[in-house]
Amino acid sequence: MKVLVCISHVPDTTSKINFTADNSAFDKNGVQFVINPYDEFGLTRAVWLKEKQGAQITVLNVGRAETEPTLRKALAIGADAAIRVDADPSDSFYVAQQIAAVAKEGAYDLILAGRESIDYNGGQVPGMVASILNLPFVNACVGMEISDNEASLIREIDGGKEKVKASLPLVVGGQKGLVEEKDLRIPNMRGIMQARSKALDVRAPQEIAAKTSTGAFTKPAPKSAVKMIDADNVAELVRLLHEEAKVI
Amino acid sequence: MSVLVYLENWEGQFKKNTWEAALYASKTATMQGTEAIGVVIGDINESAEDAGKYGLSKVLHVNDAALASFDANRYAQAFAHLAQENNASTIIISGTFNGKALAPALSIKHNAALLSNVVDLPTNVSPLTVKRGVFSGKGFNDLSSTEANNIILFVPNSIPLEEGSGAVSVESASFASADEKTVVVESVDRVKGKIPLPEAERVVSGGRGLKGPENWTMVEELAEVLEAGTACSKPVSDMDWRPHSEHVGQTGIAIKPNLYIAIGISGAIQHLAGVSASKTIVAINSDAEAPFFKAADYGIVGDAFQVVPKLTEELKKFKAAN
Repeated sequence: MKVLVCISHVPDTTSKINFTADNSAFDKNGVQFVINPYDEFGLTRAVWLKEKQGAQITVLNVGRAETEPTLRKALAIGADAAIRVDADPSDSFYVAQQIAAVAKEGAYDLILAGRESIDYNGGQVPGMVASILNLPFVNACVGMEISDNEASLIREIDGGKEKVKASLPLVVGGQKGLVEEKDLRIPNMRGIMQARSKALDVRAPQEIAAKTSTGAFTKPAPKSAVKMIDADNVAELVRLLHEEAKVI
Repeated sequence: MSVLVYLENWEGQFKKNTWEAALYASKTATMQGTEAIGVVIGDINESAEDAGKYGLSKVLHVNDAALASFDANRYAQAFAHLAQENNASTIIISGTFNGKALAPALSIKHNAALLSNVVDLPTNVSPLTVKRGVFSGKGFNDLSSTEANNIILFVPNSIPLEEGSGAVSVESASFASADEKTVVVESVDRVKGKIPLPEAERVVSGGRGLKGPENWTMVEELAEVLEAGTACSKPVSDMDWRPHSEHVGQTGIAIKPNLYIAIGISGAIQHLAGVSASKTIVAINSDAEAPFFKAADYGIVGDAFQVVPKLTEELKKFKAAN
């Protein structure tokens, strides 16, 4: 089984987010980058497939050389090989087309990507890849078992869950539940050493035109100062919620 | 030219969320000088004529066995067909779980730009420009389309619901099912009596300060009197005190209810990212230095085990009197 895990290189969840002086872009200064948490659940699930069912794992990122430490980390966690498509990930459509091209050429059985990335939160890439390649698609996936050419999956829906079946090849938009938080792997020294000698293949991108263009970035308006209410006067909170905030 | 909107139903029922999408579509259509058409899929237990109250000009009802359960590719195929038939250049979809799966597939089939995580009505129609949330609630970005066909996937609770009058005609419509790679739904497990978080107008949320899963009864009681959904912080879901589906924050669900009450949650930056779009935030915490008080509108420093039952009582009194 050949598994392709798509990895987005994103600011660490604790990062304070700032934009450049002209508000045209994200300011990367002083920001630590990590594997997108939604992708990391898929990566760990893929490592289990490798350990229990002998899968071959390739990790893929669309980005410039600055993302290579993130790919090396994925290799240290257990991926066998990495591919970097050397391009600026200008929008989701552009990235999805690059991933689809790599996936098609490599004839992967399973394509795992996070349901969304925590930087641009588009939530578009896995569904687009599936549609471009005409493969079945399961989004918001919280459980997956694979035997032979069939996958049994659980996906989150509004107010519940659905159990679905699909044949491989398949595209999955993953999240927590594919594995649990406690199951996530931290690279050990042996993994880090091995990762240095694993293949990291840098490829030229396909000629694709993006479908969107980004304008100004802004930060949320600051909240006005909090109104503190005495713990012995809870009725006052009810009054404020009704008369001032008008939410009850 | 027209605007097409997905009028989603859940087990045959429409929700507030459905009508928010209808209103979003009719307002967008007005901006573009055109009409908005609703699309209903599958068996429904109530009439779709109500869509007229939100400004739609008609509703198309597709009831095809091939669409009995949700599949992103097959639904996308149906929408692409209807969009073409109705000369729709803009399609509006609410960011529900199925909406989020449908929109990307449809964008490929309809050769459209997808503008997702949109938090308000379009700010411009030519080129179509929207305000979208980025960095998990820590920022916003103006995004413009470079295409003639567009899909807007908006975040539920983005626009206030206004109800007009009138009813629309509901016409049945069909689509030619082509060979699609689909998934088969084997079983559905819905949690009964719970308000799904993305659409909840009020949310009561608990953190580690509640000390253990056995103490959630008071959270649920407060939620019940408020008709609110229940949520939790990441550590609480990681420790399995509460299901993952209740985890709100940067790596869980991002919500924007009118009222968010955080009980025993310190207010880590990752948690605030997912809830800061709430209109009114109340923080209840025993630690006066908890960062949540900086992000809240109202705060109470106190023991949750004392404050929360009192708040529930006061709200019951308020409800009885109003």
